[in-house]
Amino acid sequence: MKKTGAQILCESLLAEGVDVMFGFPGGVLLPFYDTLPQYPQLRHILVRHEQGAAHAADGYARATGKVGVCMATSGPGATNLVTGIANAYLDSVPMVALTGQVARPFIGKDAFQEIDIAGITLPITKHSYVVMETESLAGIIKEAFYLARTGRPGPVLIDIPKDVMTDLADFKYPDTVDLPGYKVPTKGHPTQLKNAAELINKAQRPLIIAGRGVIISGASAELKQFAETAQIPVVTTLLGIGSFPGNHVLNYGMAGMHGTGYANKAIENTDLLIAIGMRFDDRVTGKVSAFARQAKIVHIDLDPAEIGKNVRVDVPIVGDVKAVLLTMHKMIASNQHMDWIRQLNEWRKEHPLLDIDDSAGLLPQYIIRQLYEATSGDAIIVTGVGQHQMWTAQHYAFHEPDSFITSGGLGTMGFGLPAAMGAKVGRPEKTVWVVDGDGSLQMTIQELATLVQDKINVKIAIINNGYLGMVRQWQELFYAKNYVATPLSCPDFVKIAEAYSIAGLRVTRREEVKGAIEQAMAHDGPFLIDFMVEPEENVFPMVPPGAANIEFMERPKKEVSSWPRRNTP
Amino acid sequence: MATTKHTLKAIVQDKPGVLNRVVSLFRRRGFNIDSIAVGHSEVPHLSRVTIIVNGTTATVEQVRKQMDKLIDVVKIFDITGEKSNSRELALVKVKATSTTRSDIIEIADIFRANIVDVASESLTIEVTGDEDKIESMLKLLHGFGIKEIARTGRVAMVRGNIGAMPVEEKPARSRAKKQG
Repeated sequence: MKKTGAQILCESLLAEGVDVMFGFPGGVLLPFYDTLPQYPQLRHILVRHEQGAAHAADGYARATGKVGVCMATSGPGATNLVTGIANAYLDSVPMVALTGQVARPFIGKDAFQEIDIAGITLPITKHSYVVMETESLAGIIKEAFYLARTGRPGPVLIDIPKDVMTDLADFKYPDTVDLPGYKVPTKGHPTQLKNAAELINKAQRPLIIAGRGVIISGASAELKQFAETAQIPVVTTLLGIGSFPGNHVLNYGMAGMHGTGYANKAIENTDLLIAIGMRFDDRVTGKVSAFARQAKIVHIDLDPAEIGKNVRVDVPIVGDVKAVLLTMHKMIASNQHMDWIRQLNEWRKEHPLLDIDDSAGLLPQYIIRQLYEATSGDAIIVTGVGQHQMWTAQHYAFHEPDSFITSGGLGTMGFGLPAAMGAKVGRPEKTVWVVDGDGSLQMTIQELATLVQDKINVKIAIINNGYLGMVRQWQELFYAKNYVATPLSCPDFVKIAEAYSIAGLRVTRREEVKGAIEQAMAHDGPFLIDFMVEPEENVFPMVPPGAANIEFMERPKKEVSSWPRRNTP
Repeated sequence: MATTKHTLKAIVQDKPGVLNRVVSLFRRRGFNIDSIAVGHSEVPHLSRVTIIVNGTTATVEQVRKQMDKLIDVVKIFDITGEKSNSRELALVKVKATSTTRSDIIEIADIFRANIVDVASESLTIEVTGDEDKIESMLKLLHGFGIKEIARTGRVAMVRGNIGAMPVEEKPARSRAKKQG
């Protein structure tokens, strides 16, 4: 029996194991939404802005490891997805973005709400399709999901004209894909593995830097085994946080611009840097010419184009991180590296992340640490982008892969709330907190309504300093405190929450933090806490832009003078 | 670092938008294309692309890897170091008067070029060869006054019996299944 394109789309999504999608309807999607009730297994969550749909699919994908699905109508709906697609592309998140398109006879005529979304998203998708025949729809969906989740994952866009949704075609979901131009490297070259193992066995001061590739590959256990056998200290990138247990004795925290002093000192002094599933982003390397000056570099990554892109590499290993670590584990000798580890521990004492003195006001770092205590580190923490994101990365100890969900490559303010929404939908059994800034949250705050309508139990902690804090910090440090366009007038977030029927609380003093977090956790449903923190607290350590990592600045030991803080709203 | 001209040859799927993907990649990554030539290959639904890129070895290696990541690019090779034949075609319209016409025809003969159009005040010459040959001829014609030039960009093929990149008639269908 023939089916409509819309039916074929729904059946294909079900065949791919999709149980939820985030979307927003519109004219050209009406045939799809008309068909949707025939497939009650397919949960559709109505967002309030398409950007929220893309970020929610992203958060869902990171929390579950499955492909996230978002949908938007043609024209403005599709362009609103763009930021979310770019975010997923830069962080290698598996996603399928479905967009409606005007009917085929109108394509190219500047029809109402017609936009070339495949063209617009060309550089930010792993691949994209415009479906021109209903007969090809099922095969395209099969390919899209296959491409999104295999190899280096990424977003794939499928643009579907309205009349392709209404036309009839035979439906049989294909078993295989035919992609002769698509190769997924697997094991790594034996010679290079041998070279790497030799270097590792010889090294006096080896160091592992782990990235999100470890998490994508599901190789956390292998990484732990590998590091423990050879007693190699581990630092991570921002997105690599969670790939190695946060409280492990060999974990020396995050490296790079806001990395720990001891992680950056370790990179400066290591004689062998083993980079695993990471891509030497400029926020990690600092000044490239001064990065890991004394080290030979072994780079393990699935994507051959990442090897040698930003830094010179001595031993390139193209392969799946998990497979490579398993093989190499058999080739490396157990080791001690006592002197090196002792040295690292001394640096750790010398450069503590933060000593919070009792006289300090309500410091954001303190809140993050309290959040860790209250959740016993067993929660999914999602962030926006800015100071609060870095404080979360520094002060919450993440033990599980993908327990920390954050926008790394694109640095998308507004990512937090919708991504947390997606994470909670994907992992309903987990406590999900979004730590957001007052600036970041206001970019996608409308998704509070989605939390309520679809009963998504996300807890919200606003680190409210009344500034676009990270930009203000740069203005303070590098632009002579010329605070232009960073002071932020905020609404009363507790009242905002109340207007959405979400419980909320304002916290202005340290003593209230613990109780507030506990109250939020005990509450059945979403809960918002507005933490009025020290307005001019900075994120330290910090490597000034363009400087070498080793030139990190530390938090000045200053009296916090601005307490009590400015008037509350 | 010294930049040199590299010849990249790719087999791509003959689908709408493929050239757009290739060109967009070059623009996005800040690579410069000297010339690009596309045409059907010996296998239906597959096209051959010859791209000339000017860059350091590291840059061109990055170009090759990034292009290889495009799903519609089936294979890509840098054949710069290989022994190969390369050709370009140019059409040149030259000003010609009754006094200069025979001189121009003589030059064309030396380069084994063909006169493809004769008009009252111009001659159109078709020349095939490597870039050096075409450049030398253009240099000689310059004095007569060149009205228009159209060049194809270089196409190249590795010498010998074995193709540098044989196209498989039957793409490995089973491989993808295994990975799935």
